[in-house]
Amino acid sequence: MTALTSPIPVGMESNPTATPEHESSVDVSKYKMIAENVTVSYGGIDAVKNVTMKFKENSVTALIGPSGCGKTTFLRCLNRMHDMTKNAKVTGKVMLDNIDLYSKDIDPIYHRRKVGMVFQKPNPFPTMSVYDNVTSGLRLNGVKDKRILDEIVEDSLKMAYLWDEVKNDLKKSAVELSGGQQQRLCIARALAIQPEVLLMDEPASALDPIATQKIEETITELKKDYTIIIVTHNMQQAIRVSDYTGFMYIGDLIEFGETKKLFTDPKEDLTAKYVQGHFG
Amino acid sequence: MNPIQQRRQEYRSLFKQNVKNRLLVDKAVKIVVFSCVIIAIIPLGSILIEVFKNGLAALSIEFLTQIPGAAGSSGGGIGPAIQGTLIIIGLSSLIGIPIGVMSGIYLSEYEVGKFAKSVRFFTDVFMEFPSIVIGIFAFLVIVLVIGSFSVWAGAFALSLIMFPIVARTTEESLKMVPHTYREAGTALGLKKWVITFRIVISAAKSGMITGILLSVSRIGGETAPLIMTVLGSSQFFHGFDTPMDALPLRIWRLSLLPYDNAQGQGWGAALVLIIIILGINLAVKYHYMNKGDNMLTTLIKNRGNRR
Amino acid sequence: MANANLAIKKRRILSDKAFKIGATLAGSYVLVVVALMAFQLITQSAPIWEEEGLSFITKTDWNAVEGRESFGALPYILGTLATSAIAMAIGVPLSIAIAMFISDAPPKIGGPLGFLVELLAAIPSIIYGLWGLLVFRIYFKDWIETPLHNMFGDNVWLFSGNPFGLDIITASVVLAIMIIPTVSAVSREIMKAVPQQQREAAYMLGATKWEMFKLAVFPYSKTGLIGASILGLGRAVGETMAVTMLIGNATGIGAIPSSLFAPSQTMSSIIANEFVEASPASLHMPALIGIALILLLIAVVINVIAHVLVTKMLKIKEGAINN
Repeated sequence: MTALTSPIPVGMESNPTATPEHESSVDVSKYKMIAENVTVSYGGIDAVKNVTMKFKENSVTALIGPSGCGKTTFLRCLNRMHDMTKNAKVTGKVMLDNIDLYSKDIDPIYHRRKVGMVFQKPNPFPTMSVYDNVTSGLRLNGVKDKRILDEIVEDSLKMAYLWDEVKNDLKKSAVELSGGQQQRLCIARALAIQPEVLLMDEPASALDPIATQKIEETITELKKDYTIIIVTHNMQQAIRVSDYTGFMYIGDLIEFGETKKLFTDPKEDLTAKYVQGHFG
Repeated sequence: MNPIQQRRQEYRSLFKQNVKNRLLVDKAVKIVVFSCVIIAIIPLGSILIEVFKNGLAALSIEFLTQIPGAAGSSGGGIGPAIQGTLIIIGLSSLIGIPIGVMSGIYLSEYEVGKFAKSVRFFTDVFMEFPSIVIGIFAFLVIVLVIGSFSVWAGAFALSLIMFPIVARTTEESLKMVPHTYREAGTALGLKKWVITFRIVISAAKSGMITGILLSVSRIGGETAPLIMTVLGSSQFFHGFDTPMDALPLRIWRLSLLPYDNAQGQGWGAALVLIIIILGINLAVKYHYMNKGDNMLTTLIKNRGNRR
Repeated sequence: MANANLAIKKRRILSDKAFKIGATLAGSYVLVVVALMAFQLITQSAPIWEEEGLSFITKTDWNAVEGRESFGALPYILGTLATSAIAMAIGVPLSIAIAMFISDAPPKIGGPLGFLVELLAAIPSIIYGLWGLLVFRIYFKDWIETPLHNMFGDNVWLFSGNPFGLDIITASVVLAIMIIPTVSAVSREIMKAVPQQQREAAYMLGATKWEMFKLAVFPYSKTGLIGASILGLGRAVGETMAVTMLIGNATGIGAIPSSLFAPSQTMSSIIANEFVEASPASLHMPALIGIALILLLIAVVINVIAHVLVTKMLKIKEGAINN
């Protein structure tokens, strides 16, 4: 703890390539997704610098760090969401199973269906009903069978803990739901396309405590079948829901390891300062 | 295999079945959209090329300064038309700009309640009135009253087309000036009109000038309202209460004549007109090039942001 | 001292009051003009309504010879409707495609392209007319009208008539080109007003670009796009010079649109063609003013609808889903 009293020059270390601790012990299980040397720059300025992370199958990984540390930017790389950002440039590799998402000859639609995403603000399609929102991804893909659609709607909404609240008015417009319900609808919509990885960008930041709790329950439940990566600025939330945590600061991944370890016995002084609330 | 994995499996095979088709449709749409863009650009290119090609052939000092010759003769020029266009732009600006600017000030600085709302609404709708109807109005209230086609009537008609554009662009530019500027003025104990003219307008100047220039370029090419107001003439300007020529009217006259050299002169007049108008537009664009926005887009955008 | 202060204060209030009155008067100017215009058009066209009644709208005669005067506006109303409808059918899909392209292109391409399309708006109507008359008409007649007429002319009434280039379809196509800048500029702003999160939601589901437009952009901006199109319709209805130069200027029963290749006449073109020659003393001028009144009513209705739709759309751009 002595380190805490001595001032640390911020960003002094260049590109610490952190890997989960006890790598040997995690190695036995399969990695679902691997990001290797990922750098994102906006008009020449690096927002994410040379980050390498490996995500275990059926685990929850949280990304924490102060605002502007690049955690959301990094998360969006995992789904090629930067393709639409006008002057963003991504270098490095993102492997999903054995496929590099950024290889030139693959259209992003091939893997976006495997990687669902939930955004910071709930963004259901406002002109569609609850039912149509959930089935929108399926209909793109030509699923027309009403029976299958009904089944998937029910399952997805159940997984998102929304079924009981909306089962009687699935035809109601999505915007008539409360903020928390809208966000769970977005989770259901993402789940309906049967993804393998779920990316969540501060899914609870716009919600009240009760809705937040529901979302967290959902995440814990989903862990059984999905690889989840969640960005949060709320450290308690990271502790509650995640198995692994990465701490990012000004574009660098400072530390990455088991959540319990990172919060109780961090390797890096900067991490210690952050988790103890000295800045942020 | 648990149910979720099973469903993933099913969905995957379905995806594989459809993906080629979907990408094909996407590609087809992209091609169609791109062709539409090209199709829209072709007329623009053709118009500019034809006007410059045929217009330059007709251009000469005599052509720009002389009065029109007899129909079908190769001599003669468009001197009165150029002079007339400049006079009518100047005179309508003298009427239209002050009214437009004041009305914009009213909308931005004084707007309160339903009355201001209806002013803005009517200004927006009036902007889209068919210009020929405005010409008839000017004919009825001026030409019929003073008993002759006149420059006054034409300038009045064009000022009616001009002032709503000036009013709305002025309003939008004034609204972009931060409120703190006005508060600073009030804190200094300045009068409202001093604040408006010295502080707010000088901060909003460039937007207002853009709006004014765009309205000038719009009326410079107006033809329909001039038909029943200034009528057209083959003589140079000789009084505000008499008919006068203008470039658009001259182009129309020339286009109706079945002679080749009349058509050539028509192109020449069109070239002069297009240089005036595109010159103004390009100047505005150049002025705004580095600011990344222009007044018209702002105007469209702000349609929604009414308080 | 106190008195002097009071005097200054009074003067200040006075000059500010004068300024406020000036501004308010300028603001009211538009209302006065609109009211006066309506009044003038109604009273000056009164003779034709008294003479013909509502049959002015349904009659097809057009005779200005003294003693045999008879006027009906129907052919020109139909001419305006036909040319505007065809112009919309051609111009609106093109404009929406352009708006899609520009709203989605990187600024380096979208910016200049948007500017080029805006330049189309800056070109005066009379130059479209001149170009249409001396250039476009020739190519259009040789490459499109004549082949179509030769192939279908005998069987399909739409392609009957005598392709000459001065007809409904030529005028309508040039009109379509003229409404593209308006419709595409407004549509572009409306599409840009669709929140980025909506597009991302669609992409997240694995949508292709076209599917993203169908899923996120079109449903969200439908109202606004309809408004933009109607705004274009308003322009097309009021457009005068280019149409006057290209439509062939038929009058009376001959001006009723009978095929794409037949000459016709619109409300604005008959005014442009005949107003100056019409005598205020006869029924001819009241008839033309009556047509202007009908034209104005149609244009106002169209523009009010467009205005309401576009405003409504841009207002909700941040609404609903963010709260």
